[in-house]
Amino acid sequence: MAMSRRKRAQVIRGVQYAVLVLAILLVVLLADWQTIGSQFFNLEAARTQIPEVITTALVNTAVYTALGFAVGFGLGLVFALMKLSSVGPYRWIATAYIEFFRGIPALLVFIALGFGVPLAFNLKFDVYSTAAIALGLVGSAYIAETLRAGIQAVPKGQIEAARSLGMSAARTNVTVVIPQAFRIILPPLTNELILLTKDSSLIYLLGLFRDDFELAKFGREGLNATNSMTPILLAGLCYLLITVPLGHLSRYLEGRTGRKSERGLKVTA
Amino acid sequence: MSDVIVEVSGLRKAFGTLEVLKGIDMSVRRGEVVCIIGPSGSGKSTLLRCVNLLEEPNAGTVVVNGFEMTDPDVDIDRARRGIGMVFQAFNLFGHLSVLENLTVAQRKVLKRDRDEAERIAMRNLEKVGLAEKAGSMPAQLSGGQQQRAAIARALAMDPAVMLFDEPTSALDPELVGDVLTVMRQLAEEGMTMLVVTHEMQFAREVADKVLFMDGGVVVEEGQAAQVIGEPRHERTRSFLARVLNPVHAGE
Ligand SMILES: Nc1ncnc2c1ncn2[C@@H]1O[C@H](COP(=O)(O)OP(=O)(O)OP(=O)(O)O)[C@@H](O)[C@H]1O
Ligand SMILES: [Mg+2]
Repeated sequence: MAMSRRKRAQVIRGVQYAVLVLAILLVVLLADWQTIGSQFFNLEAARTQIPEVITTALVNTAVYTALGFAVGFGLGLVFALMKLSSVGPYRWIATAYIEFFRGIPALLVFIALGFGVPLAFNLKFDVYSTAAIALGLVGSAYIAETLRAGIQAVPKGQIEAARSLGMSAARTNVTVVIPQAFRIILPPLTNELILLTKDSSLIYLLGLFRDDFELAKFGREGLNATNSMTPILLAGLCYLLITVPLGHLSRYLEGRTGRKSERGLKVTA
Repeated sequence: MSDVIVEVSGLRKAFGTLEVLKGIDMSVRRGEVVCIIGPSGSGKSTLLRCVNLLEEPNAGTVVVNGFEMTDPDVDIDRARRGIGMVFQAFNLFGHLSVLENLTVAQRKVLKRDRDEAERIAMRNLEKVGLAEKAGSMPAQLSGGQQQRAAIARALAMDPAVMLFDEPTSALDPELVGDVLTVMRQLAEEGMTMLVVTHEMQFAREVADKVLFMDGGVVVEEGQAAQVIGEPRHERTRSFLARVLNPVHAGE
């Protein structure tokens, strides 16, 4: 086995390419291209989806997600602060809440909210409220943990420096802690937004009217109506239209915090 | 009495069951430089942090610049304005430029307007030799530069007394000198200073008074030349022997 390092690297790279080519070949040979073409790229079926897949479904998905994120952020902030509180019962309640909603599937939250709560309290929520509350509950547990971790990640010395300059506790939070925590939590918060975008598909459980369809439900209705996979493909592409830019935003924000120092160095040095 | 800027009496502090300060009495007069020396864990930082109430004492009184810091009803934020603190780890605000580090408290706490705050900030940056770094972010500065910026930040608040907690301990040896030079200059200008340090040369040359602490008490205090040059107590002697001759300390 007297192989040079370069030689070994070449062999390893060669094997990787060979596996890749083999996998592609398998897919190409096994797939039924005739059906794929007619099923997934059926222009006739696509035409029935446009423009509502954008004007109704994409918009609804975005609105449900935004509402859910807003509620989730509000609740998350409350529970994050409770978890950081010096009052024991607050911490226990927050811990229990976070563990509960982090641990149960989003699906169950939607069912509970869509059917359980109306029964139990004789209430009827509209679609937007249900989406906001259900997604909010699902998101809030993660958001609370993200916020708590972000706040705690600000070094204690930063707070002590601010207090020793005569800043009040509140002033210290506003001027020193929150701006620094914000940079830490932005990337994970963006990721949570992506997760909520996908979870918003669960709202179909409530039984929606056509105007309330979001992407996943809209795609499935299209599938039934046209007998073609094309609407599903379209819906999937629309999700990517939301989530891919968000992912890039998240990575950009992550990079920016790290690069800040290099950027200024060129100016001063 | 207004000649005494820091007056500590009967100060006790415990963390849980660990008694760290066991009854400290000390004072710093206006314009005086007092250095605190002593082995690791002897409570030096804790004493300093009790002076501006970053740590809350369990017993005793601390009066600084006319404010009784240990009074539960004291306006602590107002009292702290007059006490500059310099940390071992610099603690510059990482999200703000050097200039903003110096102006933020002036503006938010002292309510100075932007022009005045920046003027005072630049004057203090010049004083520590960092005027050209005003626009840099803290992460772009060397440790020594960061520490000098942190000193300037404290000075911009026009404090009556400056507290230093081992300001050069986190620095590479070749950067220590710049920081000590700034501190020396401050002392010459008559700044009242309370300095925890391991720099015996600095203490000997600059301090009016040196306190040797060990095990939560002040073991020995007096003029710098006496405490460092001719220590009376055995504990002081063995500590100094270890510090001044570190080859044998096995550190
Ligand atoms: N927040 C805290 N909680 C618990 N124990 C602490 C705390 N701060 C300090 N201590 C303990 O108190 C003792 C004295 O600490 P202090 O930092 O005052 O020592 P020091 O003289 O400054 O030492 P060094 O030279 O290493 O800085 C140490 O045993 C330390 O572990
Ligand atoms: Mg210390």
